[in-house]
Amino acid sequence: MLLLLLGIILLHVAALVLLFVSTIVSVWTSSETSTSDLWINCTSANGGYHCDPASTGEWIQAVQALMILSIIFSCLSLLLFFIQLFTLQKGGRFFLTGTFQILASLFVMSGAIIYTVMSPDWVPEVSAFGYSYILAWVAFPLALISGLIYVILRKRE
Amino acid sequence: MLCIVWDDSIGVEKLPEQSQAIVIYTGWERHALIGSDIRLSCSFFSWRWTSEDVTFSWTYRPDGSRDSISIFHYTGGVAYVDNKGPFRDRLEFVGNPGRRDGSILLKNLDFNDNGTFTCDAKNPPDIVGRPSSVRLLVFEKVPIQAGVITGAIIGVVLGLLVLIVVIYYLMRFLVARRVFSLSVSKHGKKKKEGSQQRQASSLLSFPHIPSSSTSSTSSFSHTLRHMYTSS
Repeated sequence: MLLLLLGIILLHVAALVLLFVSTIVSVWTSSETSTSDLWINCTSANGGYHCDPASTGEWIQAVQALMILSIIFSCLSLLLFFIQLFTLQKGGRFFLTGTFQILASLFVMSGAIIYTVMSPDWVPEVSAFGYSYILAWVAFPLALISGLIYVILRKRE
Repeated sequence: MLCIVWDDSIGVEKLPEQSQAIVIYTGWERHALIGSDIRLSCSFFSWRWTSEDVTFSWTYRPDGSRDSISIFHYTGGVAYVDNKGPFRDRLEFVGNPGRRDGSILLKNLDFNDNGTFTCDAKNPPDIVGRPSSVRLLVFEKVPIQAGVITGAIIGVVLGLLVLIVVIYYLMRFLVARRVFSLSVSKHGKKKKEGSQQRQASSLLSFPHIPSSSTSSTSSFSHTLRHMYTSS
């Protein structure tokens, strides 16, 4: 039982950490001379390293908002998990925790999809997607699985 | 014997007047629509009074170029505007040097006007200062500021969350109160005092129930069962 609890919490925290890294470090695209992210575009062309804030388009702001919302919802779901662990009746299900976690995974999915769809506008052809983009896509199924486990889980003892 | 020779030539030397730094202020970035006019402001802070020899000069460096050209100079009470360069007939001096304002007005902007404008002001003897630059961006339509949509989306979703939570607890409270009033009318017909007192004490605990547990549907049936078993 304790092992199960630990495993579930570990999964949740892993998804949360991936979300944080993906949003903050955000090397979403990278090429030899430049990296462009959700928040800032840095290029080392023309000699010297030079960073500009990201373009103020509507869609990139939507991606920023969705990533931040997914982090908030995942943190809330972790908090709710601990609250429900102590206040739920025996045999009850962690519906609320699971709902928040599934919502967080949906937000990450929409953010990543919007970024993928709009990337021809933002990303020059030579750039490849960076590791933060991949982390976002990995965080989505982790959070989804975690949320589903919460919905199925029943409180014992 | 010592002779102290007082040499006039090393008496009181006339020191050059101390110069302190002058601080020049312009904007950081200006956005403008194509075809519109824009006023680039430049002012300075100096510990001295504004002298009559105050000078303002503006230079322009196009985006992507490394050379800057001089487009405006004010000195000796006369303003000299660009009459050969990219801003001929489009530049006007709208500043007030007496009030330390050296602003210029650019008319009928074009995409080629994207670039950095640098203002340099001197207020003798305050001449040591760093020129300040303002970046001009010309758009077809003015873009939304960074962060507005981000904040709006986050605010709306969190607001919806709070609204849903509030409505949920309100519904629970209202339904519990309706059940409370129904049970009072039903049990009021019984004549036993003790049961009525026990009823009152158990029914009075109703308003606290919404705060106890977060599992939703089972708590209603629990409270109803609790109410009926205590009578």
